[in-house]
Amino acid sequence: MTRLLVLIALAAGLAACSEPSQDLRSGHAIQDDPAWQGTGSNFVASDWTPGDQRNWEQALKVRLQRGQNEYNRVR
Amino acid sequence: MARMKFVCDAERCIECNACVTACKNEHEVPWGVNRRRVVTLNDGLPGEKSISVACMHCSDAPCMAVCPVNCFYRTDEGVVLHDKDVCIGCGYCSYACPFGAPQFPSNGTFGVRGKMDKCTFCAGGPEAHGSQAEWEKYGRNRLAEGKLPACAEMCSTKALLGGDGDVIADIFRTRVVARGKGAEVWGWGTAYGSSQAGQPSEAAKSEAKS
Repeated sequence: MTRLLVLIALAAGLAACSEPSQDLRSGHAIQDDPAWQGTGSNFVASDWTPGDQRNWEQALKVRLQRGQNEYNRVR
Repeated sequence: MARMKFVCDAERCIECNACVTACKNEHEVPWGVNRRRVVTLNDGLPGEKSISVACMHCSDAPCMAVCPVNCFYRTDEGVVLHDKDVCIGCGYCSYACPFGAPQFPSNGTFGVRGKMDKCTFCAGGPEAHGSQAEWEKYGRNRLAEGKLPACAEMCSTKALLGGDGDVIADIFRTRVVARGKGAEVWGWGTAYGSSQAGQPSEAAKSEAKS
């Protein structure tokens, strides 16, 4: 009986030692979908297919050359 | 794999602030926060130079190194982003950043600093692409829409280039060769690594000698 009471007292006393996890999400665990997967909406540039990585990269290169390299336009 | 970079051509920047306006409009950035700024050196003097500065998405980002809660991450395209749900607003990143990119809203009643905000290269954040949550925390995700950063695409003189590093380096090189001057790319070495980064310029060395 005494042993049981001691066990109960220990369990009750040590219960305060537990605490919920306060771990934050680590930077290595932050998950972000690749940009080439698209947004799922129709408000996207029309010259690539969402989900196709190579297609997305190529479309951005073409857009960059057309939009930001004026030497292509004046020559 | 594309590695996204910014470069500002100081020979072309006319300090029009269109990049700043484009950024604020595209992402509805609140008052007090400027993800992009135009800095002018020797303002009003002959030979003044202006450059547009924002997060350079460094290859070895100091903000990532000092963040105590590790809220930063880098995408496959080399874009340095952060998770506002993890950020505690301590401000270490703003001290570490050589470009002053991390910004803190200060519009609370007691000057509460709030979560850090910075340029996302128009790539949003960890929330689902195009979601309302991503929009409210980080602004528009243009990369996932197949577009490039609004600041670079809006630049009237094409001083600010943004996109795949290989392509913008080629564009810039073509310009330098064509005009025969202005090869200095300010901030490039600091952000992306260079043996010359942090070294005094030749002009500074000659001044020190004299």
